[in-house]
This record gives sequence, C-alpha cells and structure tokens, in this order.
Amino acid sequence: MSPTPAILHASYALAHAPDLVRHGSKPVREIARDPSFLPRIAGSLRPWDEVVAYPPNQVFIGNLAPEDLASIPRPWYENRIDSAATDGPFGRMVTQAALYGLMKLCDDFDLMAIDGDLAEQAGADLVDFDHRMDRITGVDPAELRTVAEESDGLDLHHEGRRAGFIRTAHDQDEALAASVLLENLAGKATAVLALSDLLRRSRLGAGEIDYLLNCGEEAVGDRYQRGGGSLSKAVGEVVGCVNATGSDVKAFCSAPVHALIAAGAMVAAGVYRYVVVLGGGSQAKLGMKFGAHLRNGVPVMEDCLASMAFLVGPAGADGDGMELRLDLAGKHPIGAGSSPKAVYESLVVEPLVRAGLSMTDIDKYAVEMHNPEITEPGGSGDVPRMNYRTLAAMAVLRREIGRGDMDPFVAERGMPGFAPTQGHIPAGVPYLGHALEAMRRGSLDRAMIVAKGSLFLGRMTQLVDGVSLVVERPEVTRRHG
Amino acid sequence: MDLEDQANVNRLAETSGTDGMVVLLGQPDANSAGLFAETVTRGDPTWAGPLAGVPLGLPVYHVLEPEIKEQMDGDLYDEHVGLMELSADVDEIIEWVAVYRD
Repeated sequence: MSPTPAILHASYALAHAPDLVRHGSKPVREIARDPSFLPRIAGSLRPWDEVVAYPPNQVFIGNLAPEDLASIPRPWYENRIDSAATDGPFGRMVTQAALYGLMKLCDDFDLMAIDGDLAEQAGADLVDFDHRMDRITGVDPAELRTVAEESDGLDLHHEGRRAGFIRTAHDQDEALAASVLLENLAGKATAVLALSDLLRRSRLGAGEIDYLLNCGEEAVGDRYQRGGGSLSKAVGEVVGCVNATGSDVKAFCSAPVHALIAAGAMVAAGVYRYVVVLGGGSQAKLGMKFGAHLRNGVPVMEDCLASMAFLVGPAGADGDGMELRLDLAGKHPIGAGSSPKAVYESLVVEPLVRAGLSMTDIDKYAVEMHNPEITEPGGSGDVPRMNYRTLAAMAVLRREIGRGDMDPFVAERGMPGFAPTQGHIPAGVPYLGHALEAMRRGSLDRAMIVAKGSLFLGRMTQLVDGVSLVVERPEVTRRHG
Repeated sequence: MDLEDQANVNRLAETSGTDGMVVLLGQPDANSAGLFAETVTRGDPTWAGPLAGVPLGLPVYHVLEPEIKEQMDGDLYDEHVGLMELSADVDEIIEWVAVYRD
C-alpha cells in the first residue's frame, strides 16, 4: 500500500533587513533617479523592536492566530503587541546582524566580507544556530575599505556604517554581478534558517531528508544559463542534509504549491520518504512599494526577508501532521481561460466537485495572504479580501450560499492578510503552520491552499498560473476515506 | 497604474490624439480604480510615471458601470465580469471613477 503523504512540520522565519532595502530593485532604480530618496527611506524604516511587535509579523511566526489580527484595529504598525516575542510555535524573527551572519556562513566563494564588530554581533545573535558558526569571521575596517576600493561590488550597511561588502564574481557576467549574488545569497541564507528550524522541530536527523525542493524566485546561474541553476542542495549542504539531493521549482508565486504537490507525489509514489519544500526571502522585493509608503506617511514596511520550509513525509511518521489530499489537487490548465470565473472554477470548484464536495466543505481557504497594510497605499487594494469576496461570489453563483451570506462566508472561511509581499511567500502557504496547529488541536478539519502566479511578467506568455491543494486532519481523511 | 500602461496610454494619446479615446478600467476596488482614473485624467498622482504632470483629461469608465454593461454581450459579460460584479463594491467604485471623469 502506498504511503499517504502529509505535511508533518512547518517552519517560517523573518529576517530584519532595513539596510538591504536600499538594494531592493525598486529603491535601486528610484535612488539612481533621485538620490534624495535614500535618506527619506532610511528615515521611514522601523527599528527592530517595532518590527518584532508588528501584529502581522507575530501572526507569521505563529504567536497570534490570523483571527486575532482581525480584531486588532488598523493601522497595525501603530497598534503593536506589548511584550512580543521573537520566537513562535512555528517561526522566528532574527536581527539584521544575524542575517549578515547567516549570509556569511553560507558564502562558499568568499564573495562577502563583514567587519569584526558585525561578525561579533552576528555570532551573539545566532547563539542557538549550530551550523558553520566558525565561518562568521570579520575583517578590520581598513581591510574592508581596501576590499571595497579595489573590487567591483556593493557596500553593505549596518547601523549607519559601511559594515560589509559583496563583490562581483565575474566582470563580464551580469548573472554574477554583486547585486544578483546578494539576492541569491540572501535567499540561500534565509532558506537555511527556515530549514534548520524545521529540522529542530522534527525528530528527524538532517541525514534522513531524501529530497529538497526549493520554490524561491532567485535566478541562480551564470551567463550561459541565467536562472537555470538550483539552490536546493546549496541550502541542504549547510545544515547537513548529506543524503539529500534536490531541484528547484519555478512558477512565480504559485511555485510553493506546485512544489508541495510534487513533494506529496514523491512520498506517495515511494520515490522518497522525506521531502522538504523550502523557499528563501526575496531581497529584490524589499522596499518594492516604498514610494507609496513615503507619499502616504507610513513606514516603509517591506523591511524583512521571509522564508519557509515544510517537511512532507508519510502520514504519522513524525507526529500528527496534516494529510495532503493529492486527489483534490487543483490546477489552472492552459486552455481554461483567464477570467476570474474560469480561474476559480478550475482551481477551487473542479477538484471539489470531482470529490463530491462543495465549497462550504472547506473550513478555511488560504489565498494570496499579502498584508493589506503594505499593498493598500500603492493602490493594489486588500488582495486577500478581494480574493475571499470572489470565492464567496463563486459560492453564490453555484447556489451554495445566498447573496446575503457572502460576508459570513468571508469572515468564517477567510482571514486577514499577514504575509510580507515577497512573491512566492504569500501564496497561501503562510497559513500551513496555523492549519497544522489547528488540526493538532482538533479545531480545523480541512483547508484549501490556493496559489496564483503571474506568468505574463516574464513576457513569454499572456497566461496566468494557479494550483491548489487541500490539507486535512487525519481523522477526517480516515472517516471519509 | 504601472509605468508600462502609462507609457502605452501616453503613446496612443500622442500618436492618435485623444478624440474618440475612452479608458475602460477593470480594477476590483474603489481605491485603485480611483487612482487609475486620476492618472488618465489629471495625471499620475504618484509622480513616478510617464503621465506625471500630463493631464490627458480622457473620458474614463469602469467596466462595472451600467452604461458600459448595456453595450456588451450578456453571456460574455457574465463570463468575464459577472464574478467581480457580485464580489466588488460596485457603487463605491462607480462613485470614485465619476469623481475624476466629471
């Protein structure tokens, strides 16, 4: 009998990165056009304690439930949580010094140098991290200055000073420019943190992981295969997954759900016993909406790199997991059309109808969980709310609920957005940690994760993408299975 | 409105003139619909794109407005817009677009 695949553990991390905001794609372009943006951005960034106490961040690491966020008045950046902790049941936040330390210990090609003070602070802030800590070494300021003056690359700042440098690895290769390597190293380092924490939550040793599927968005490669490389093994190597191989799944924002379906299929088929789906943070997206934030007098809130990791294995193999209903996997096929109705028909309705279920048989839907406080100033609206309203409208069209039941549908089966706007991170999967906790408590039976991706951004097709999956409390699967 | 869309509107206005040109919006919420409507009438309020300081004054409508709906094939409208018509704050969107059109 083939194993039933389950998500056994989830892990999330937020790395505070205020001094990397200036290297985000949008800030770089705008600062080049108007250098006065640099001090204005710096003056609008939040200090560490405010980032920790920010309610959506507390939801992201599991100290608050999404439902709790709905009862906290906006603006959330002013209604912070007293005595907020950096560690949660399935996630944690780390300082910028810790982030630089992680990047340094992940740097296999000596691309990056940091000064001694930063190295010391990084070591102190990563005291509970137990991989390659001896690699967090610093240089004296004079040596750092020499490296910066003699090399092509980017200064790295910390607490108002130049505290590091990352060099370009090939002077004729745009894919190995310092700005690209910074993105890739930040993605690798934050994924390493999420994977390391995931393994600590599990009873498994790193050597028991068979396969790693990275779903991050970074383009790793060189001039002959820009974006053709992989981060999976690079991440696994750092934490000692010596028996794992891996590959990357690329599908813009929907990649994590594609990867979870693939991981579940690998486990169900018996190809691999334990598969980890992981994704690091998107440095390019830091400060993406800073212009709107400055214009509206709100903090520049895209100041953290988010990362995540999920352990997929046989149900019951490592504690109470939640079962991946591969028979309910949904997809947006090429021929489906791109109207909202066509997208939701194929992603949500079709798999449910196939199994004889209705939309109200799903207790919670997790859609793109963008934090509305970040998106609204730029005119993008409250993305989760719009998606939940659309789901409710689908249920009305299908005569599953009345028009007057739309608001209760959204309130009961939806949740406020709480995820950083980091592309692949918000796409439904930030809810998996909460779903796991709720299923362990017995307060949630079934949830659907719905991810959509903007394939058209790469200019190779006008298509959109989307996939969905259903997770279920094991007792429920057994009752109906 | 992203910079590419602004550039396209600007280019069309420059090459073909604005006579007979109408902008039809499809934003699902009032704030973004208002922002887009403002951009193609008074100019880009964010001062980031090609329409910054370019008050084209184009007639702008939202696809949810009755005068647009009645000109469209019913089945096609239901297929592409029906879900948004049910889920969006239609009155608020229409009100905001009208602020800039009028």
